[in-house]
Amino acid sequence: MGKSISIRRGYNIKLEGAAEKTTSEIPVSDIIAIKPPDFPSVVPKLLVEPGAEVLAGQAIFFDKNRPNLRFTSPVSGEVAEIVRGEKRRILEIRILPDRGDTRYVEFPKGDPAKLGRGDILQRLQDSGCWNYIRQRPYSLIADPTDVPKAIFVSCFDSAPLAPDMRFVIGAEKENFLAGLKALQTLAHGHLHLSIHEQSKESISESDLTGLPTENTHRFSGPHPAGNVGIQIHHISPIQKGEVVWYVHPQDVVIIGRLFLEGRYRADRVVALTGSSVAHPQYYHVLPGQRMSDITGGRLTSTHSRIVQGNILTGQKSSADDFLSFNTNQITVIPEGDQPEFLGWLLPGFKKLSLSRTFFSWLLPDRKYKVDTNTHGEERAFVMTGQYDQVLPMNILPVFLLKAILARDIERMEQLGIYEVSEEDFALCEFVCTSKIDVQKIVAEGLEYIRTEG
Amino acid sequence: MKFLQDIIHSVKPHFEKGGRFEKLYPGFEALETFLFVPGETTKHGVHIRDAMDLKRTMMAVIFALVPTLLFGMWNVGYQHHLAYGMEATMMDNFWFGFIKTLPIIVVSYAVGLGVEFVFSIMRGHPVSEGYLVTGLLIPLTLPVTVPLWMVALAAIFCTLLGKEIFGGTGMNFMNPALLARAFLFFAFPAYMSGDIWTDISPEAGQALIDGYSGATNLVAFDTNFHNMASASDMFWGFEQGSIGETSTAACLIGALILIITGVGSWQVIVSCFLGALAMGLMLNGFAPADLPNHAMHTPAYYHWLMGGFAFGAVYMATDPVSAAQTERGKWIYGLLIGAFTVILRVFNPAYPEAVMLSILLMNVFAPLIDHIVVEQHIKKRLKRV
Repeated sequence: MGKSISIRRGYNIKLEGAAEKTTSEIPVSDIIAIKPPDFPSVVPKLLVEPGAEVLAGQAIFFDKNRPNLRFTSPVSGEVAEIVRGEKRRILEIRILPDRGDTRYVEFPKGDPAKLGRGDILQRLQDSGCWNYIRQRPYSLIADPTDVPKAIFVSCFDSAPLAPDMRFVIGAEKENFLAGLKALQTLAHGHLHLSIHEQSKESISESDLTGLPTENTHRFSGPHPAGNVGIQIHHISPIQKGEVVWYVHPQDVVIIGRLFLEGRYRADRVVALTGSSVAHPQYYHVLPGQRMSDITGGRLTSTHSRIVQGNILTGQKSSADDFLSFNTNQITVIPEGDQPEFLGWLLPGFKKLSLSRTFFSWLLPDRKYKVDTNTHGEERAFVMTGQYDQVLPMNILPVFLLKAILARDIERMEQLGIYEVSEEDFALCEFVCTSKIDVQKIVAEGLEYIRTEG
Repeated sequence: MKFLQDIIHSVKPHFEKGGRFEKLYPGFEALETFLFVPGETTKHGVHIRDAMDLKRTMMAVIFALVPTLLFGMWNVGYQHHLAYGMEATMMDNFWFGFIKTLPIIVVSYAVGLGVEFVFSIMRGHPVSEGYLVTGLLIPLTLPVTVPLWMVALAAIFCTLLGKEIFGGTGMNFMNPALLARAFLFFAFPAYMSGDIWTDISPEAGQALIDGYSGATNLVAFDTNFHNMASASDMFWGFEQGSIGETSTAACLIGALILIITGVGSWQVIVSCFLGALAMGLMLNGFAPADLPNHAMHTPAYYHWLMGGFAFGAVYMATDPVSAAQTERGKWIYGLLIGAFTVILRVFNPAYPEAVMLSILLMNVFAPLIDHIVVEQHIKKRLKRV
């Protein structure tokens, strides 16, 4: 049995609009798009021209800086258009999918438990499945030439309205286990899995048969317990120079399919959640699918914000956008652009706050319908101890942020910059009285230390 | 409220870039955001935000100050009528105190906010909410007899030198309200000590009672602590002193509000009280047996009740900007404030109101305390596996 870790600091944001446990198929759109900006720090070099025929699993571009990172198409069809932005930066590669059955590039099948590490590495890179494996520090796609200290898979998501991992994996347990076995070999046996002890929405030990149990860790407590960064911090903290890899459970399934079916099949289950969704539930979709296919006709208001991901760390999106590579959840909440008369003075029974300055704290079980209003303007740091309440790490958040703002690399390292990622600071940003853009500061710090350090 | 919003919308263009009053924008913005929480939405990062902002935080502190304010007003009247030996109802006492206190509060807010607005407009930064609390703290720390021009001077001094020269709320390293009081204390000692604590403006046909003394308990304490008011009088606040400081009970209600709302640091409040108690007990242990009236013999818990200790510990030491910022630092900071207060009171009769000086001293040391805590944290991090 692995470690048993109880997370005390954190906060579960209770929102209206959790997904009901039913999955509907959404047919493939008439056009799908692959978005290179989904992959931070990747400089795309195209391998196909408009008009070219591609198969599902065929590489369509690679990274100029790391040519062994190849990005493959999730569908078969014809490349329709390359959408470029400023300075000819590639924003989207649009593909017209085949009307009939999808044609796949056939990769060799095989039980990953019987394959060597080199074989597994090769197959993952050829198929584009490699891009599901990311690394800390920096949260980028892992470097296949590194040997990681360990690989982590967080088997539950504690974010607001997050998808139920057990439900999402449920239909494809075999692929999930096959994927884990491949990762087990990649990690030289150091594959750490984290499950939540109380939550019914966590993959449980009974779902993980056939894997060594000494690296299955049991967590308890509120969000961000499900963040892989928090789990790494408590299980095997990163020191300078070390690298760990992590993979999302849905991506483990896709890796498993590669070995058992010999195909790069990228379809996934996405939860459509939030208070502006008429009937929140799960949908079976392809990455690159048009957002309007998923949200169209399913929202209660047009004046709402569509977010790919959860409301803490997700990306702002729109109906014209396309589903991103890593999206597992879409959240739609009302926009909050209406001024409120003396809003800071009212009792606030319906206002969500971690502090008890609003009377809503007397109703702890209430679920909130929250909009995107900032509830105040940005100010200098005034309150102290707020961030510490929601960051379950042995890190002094405000001092780290100040070191980042001062661009002091030595101080950042001393205060633990290698262990953190923007998403771990998302709750800090949420609670911040001074409305400071905490995640942005952390991202800048990580980028600075990666390029200058 | 639609018509108010319409008015704001119609005049807003004049204050925005290119408008006639472009330079006055920070002032306009402050008024606008005071009336309406702006309809601004999140741009990047998190998509929803906690409902609490700095205005709400400051309102919570003001609510916490209300008990001391109300009691202080009543006590001003009570002490006045006591000095003349007059019978007075509760309403009489309160009304007298209200009339006497209101001008001080109005002057403090008007002058301080005025300076803040002018400074923000000159520097082009938004008006911060910090003064909402400072403006009420200043009157509560002053004797009711203070001349209004001194209140104005203190408000100007604290806004300029206490805050704005460092960059505004959040950048200052000392508590602005305490700085204002310290300024008056050292600049105008005649108005800040002696027989000034009770308003003895003449009452028609009445004379001061025999044996009236304007000395506060802290002065009595230095000569012979046995002559002080009873512990219960000091706890409830039936004594002379600055407007808001006398009642420990009212301060404790405020402390409760601060702690429940999460606005004030309970660590700082508790550690201040513990620090004073520990130092008081220690001095009791070392007190010279042959001098039974020596201040070292004062029962330790008296230090909680005397003077402005509770007020300082609850409302002044907890100012998050000037206090220590680390969890452990807060405990050290609070304990030292408590301990220094007692030491100064007992051994330095020149400065009976020691809590003010202790807090200012620890404000200066707070960054050092934090530095040590952070260094320890780094060392511990390095020792991990």
